[in-house]
Amino acid sequence: MSPENPDQDIPRTLPRKSATFDDHTLAEIRRAAATGIYDIRGGGTKRHLPHFDDLLFLGASISRYPLEGYRETCGTNVTLGTRNAKNPIELDIPITIAGMSFGALSAPAKDALGRGATLAGTSTTTGDGGMTPEERGQSKTLVYQYLPSRYGMNPDDLRKADAIEVVVGQGAKPGGGGMLLGQKISDRVAGMRDLPTGIDQRSACRHPDWTGPDDLEIKIQELREITNWEKPVFVKVGGTRPYYDTALSVKSGADVIVMDGMQGGTAATQEVFIEHVGQPTLACVRPAVQALQDLGLHRKVQLIVSGGIRNGADVAKALALGADAVSIGTAALVALGDNDPIHEAEYNKLGTTAGAYDDWHEGLDPAGISTQDPELAKRLDPVKAGRRLANYLKVMTLEAQTIARACGKSHVHNLEPEDLVALTIEAAAMAQVPLAGTDWIPGRNGL
Amino acid sequence: MCGIVGLYLKNPALQPTLGAMFEPMLVEMTDRGPDSAGFAVYRNPVGADETKFTLASDDPAADWPDLDSDMSGGLGGTVRMDVHSDHAVVITDAAPDAAVAWLMEYRPGVRIVGSGRSIEIFKQTGLPKDVARQFNLAGAAGSHAIGHTRMATESAVTTAGSHPFATGLDVCLVHNGSLSNHNRLRRKLERDGIRFQTENDTEVAAGFMTWKLRQGATLEEALEAGFQELDGFFTFCVGTADGFAVTRDPIACKHAVMAETDDWVAMATEYRAIAHLPGADTADIWEPEPHRIYTWGRVQ
Amino acid sequence: MTMGELDLKEIGVRGVNAALHELPDGTNERQWVINNPMGQHAIACGLDAPLNVTVNGHAGFYCAGMNQRAEITIQGHAGVGVAENMMSGTVRVTGNASQSAGATAHGGLLVIDGDASSRCGISMKGIDIVVGGSVGHMSAFMAQSGHLVVCGDAGDALGDSIYEAMLFVRGEVASLGADCIEKEMRPEHLAKLSELLAAAGMDTDPADFKRYGSARQLYNFHIDNVDAY
Repeated sequence: MSPENPDQDIPRTLPRKSATFDDHTLAEIRRAAATGIYDIRGGGTKRHLPHFDDLLFLGASISRYPLEGYRETCGTNVTLGTRNAKNPIELDIPITIAGMSFGALSAPAKDALGRGATLAGTSTTTGDGGMTPEERGQSKTLVYQYLPSRYGMNPDDLRKADAIEVVVGQGAKPGGGGMLLGQKISDRVAGMRDLPTGIDQRSACRHPDWTGPDDLEIKIQELREITNWEKPVFVKVGGTRPYYDTALSVKSGADVIVMDGMQGGTAATQEVFIEHVGQPTLACVRPAVQALQDLGLHRKVQLIVSGGIRNGADVAKALALGADAVSIGTAALVALGDNDPIHEAEYNKLGTTAGAYDDWHEGLDPAGISTQDPELAKRLDPVKAGRRLANYLKVMTLEAQTIARACGKSHVHNLEPEDLVALTIEAAAMAQVPLAGTDWIPGRNGL
Repeated sequence: MCGIVGLYLKNPALQPTLGAMFEPMLVEMTDRGPDSAGFAVYRNPVGADETKFTLASDDPAADWPDLDSDMSGGLGGTVRMDVHSDHAVVITDAAPDAAVAWLMEYRPGVRIVGSGRSIEIFKQTGLPKDVARQFNLAGAAGSHAIGHTRMATESAVTTAGSHPFATGLDVCLVHNGSLSNHNRLRRKLERDGIRFQTENDTEVAAGFMTWKLRQGATLEEALEAGFQELDGFFTFCVGTADGFAVTRDPIACKHAVMAETDDWVAMATEYRAIAHLPGADTADIWEPEPHRIYTWGRVQ
Repeated sequence: MTMGELDLKEIGVRGVNAALHELPDGTNERQWVINNPMGQHAIACGLDAPLNVTVNGHAGFYCAGMNQRAEITIQGHAGVGVAENMMSGTVRVTGNASQSAGATAHGGLLVIDGDASSRCGISMKGIDIVVGGSVGHMSAFMAQSGHLVVCGDAGDALGDSIYEAMLFVRGEVASLGADCIEKEMRPEHLAKLSELLAAAGMDTDPADFKRYGSARQLYNFHIDNVDAY
């Protein structure tokens, strides 16, 4: 009120929140002050980043002719591990299920992933905890991860695997070790990992018996010797120095490179790691492909790209940039039922909402996927969930084929960068495709 | 990432066979370093008033002809020259600074790869066995040698990026590992007058050593300073006029092994490089400890 | 029993491993000697049979990796990761072992007559390791279960981040790692130690050893311990 005229309101400035100190940041500062511990959560980067949505396909035109939808086939098969292995892997679709551990996920969830992948003609991957009989039983093609922790690692399972994936890093936490809280170290998980039940699991950030590509080469040789050179060896890296990491993985002897951008999920790690370390997937694909081309090994050493793959358009764009296949983690869990609004009441009780639930390390997942609680895990019917995953994989494949046919391709691998344009300068620079409506590729020819 | 090897002959009667003993060591490390290779041989020491330079050229047909007579004419004094493919060993009694200045002005395409009284450095892209053959390593005589096979990590595969890197008269460095703070350190050294040709982390370590030695530090003091100033993973082998030195960083993930008999001392990233040497089966074999400086020969 | 001989210089590592892997189940050809190992890598790895194998010389990295049931003796030194991830059986090194000896192994017995360098028993998951000499720094790092016996000294940061593995050291410990403390030696520990020394064929008095293990302070996160991570 004005002192001269008590009946008149003085206009006030509009309350304005800070973009720098936004609500999320303020809440996090308060939480840190109260607890003295960094925030831990699951999933991948949540903030907006340049991604495949910033690219568009050109499709058919007067100079390019499309393929008919049903009569004219558009192939989707891919062979992985042709370089060294006696038994490369044949997949019906260029989409695999990424490594996720039993421990991070419930047994029914791993079972469902195996069922769905097998129905769709593709592979699943074990995670940081070893191979379960359920997963080996349900997955027709199973990739066995070889991680710094070596939890559950043993030669019998190594021989049962269809491929071996040496994990150097992942997009959510390249260089990460850190720790996992005890709520999910149940008796079964503890038994598989040789840990006491209920304690926090501390993870090593480096392998215990090799460091560097020159020593990785010797380690890969050992893994091949143990398995009589039968199985393809994958090397998985987080997206950091994609050109050099790809070249060095090849020089170490990798048959397949798995490149995981920062949108790639994790069961749990420090939020600061997820949001601030590693590069977006879109920034990693072209340099990785370039490295393979410079070595004359594109399509001879295969490239699998992961981190934020959501639909057939993402699949097609990754392939157009030169990847041989993609891998899904978060999306697969959503297909199973993760973060479904039917559990909204329970999410609210946990202080969150459907679509935002990411405290998976607490093991309280109402969907029964990222929990070890038997009561919650029972809620997931592996047969039904497996069917849902297979449906989703089929839709992604059909979407990718639709796009490829529109671009005149009889196989999704024939998609190429020239089929794309970019909506933003960043995406144009990262993917090295022209900005839509121009001939401009930032950085090319000195421009 | 790489393989490094070193051989020092305690028994002078073996000097004519230095190269024959050393070449299989280098070639055994091909798997860990297929991109390029290099070695430093210490042989044929020149007089106290002379300096020996090893030069490398990308266009030897243009740079080598008449280099010795041109240089002698330009500087006064004597110049002797021995061509080894695209490298050349040039010996002169002219003042070293004047010789360097002359080369920079009249043969600007030539790189000075090493200098001193006995050191000769040869390095090139390609498989170790091909690099060895190009420079006739197997036929070399001398007192000691260090060598390197390279798997390039964060910089390009070029001759200039290959090891050994010279760091002062008769001093050179090979490295296995990966430094993590070399970029800022490079800029600091550049401001102090050290010149760099590559983005390579090892070149920075060598430049750091040069800088320290120029300030009057002994080799051991320079290596000790390296523990403080260099961050990352490293096993270093440093060649000197009279021998070599080995150090490993405190975390010591990159493997190194030493072996010694009455006739020789050897070091390598992997034992299988040493396995070829005569008497290897019964040699004393041990691992250098982290954060310690080991030296052989009369190292200053 | 006849002794099979394999010349690694002739047939290479692949030849040696293929010959051993291809032996039929229940074979009587159980005694093998590998000559001219030349420090090569992955010798006699992935065995899964009650074989008796002698490596006649120095081995490179990962010798006897992922061993199951075989008894393997290295007459010489062993490189990085000897018996890594072993599941069962016995591996003996008459010389010294390099770093990460017995890394992440789940079972069996690893005996090193000489010294082991850094990271001996790193991330061990049930193996028993007996070292006649000393071990280097970061030994028993993140050791989850099993036993490490060191008749000599131990380097810095012994048992850093240790879980439930049990460590016995006779000599000096340069320093203890995070959450690793000296613990009381009770009769059951002395008995276990005696058993391990006997299995290793080492004639050392268990009473001369001290026991080390987890203080269990890092088992559930507490902010005051954050410096230990």
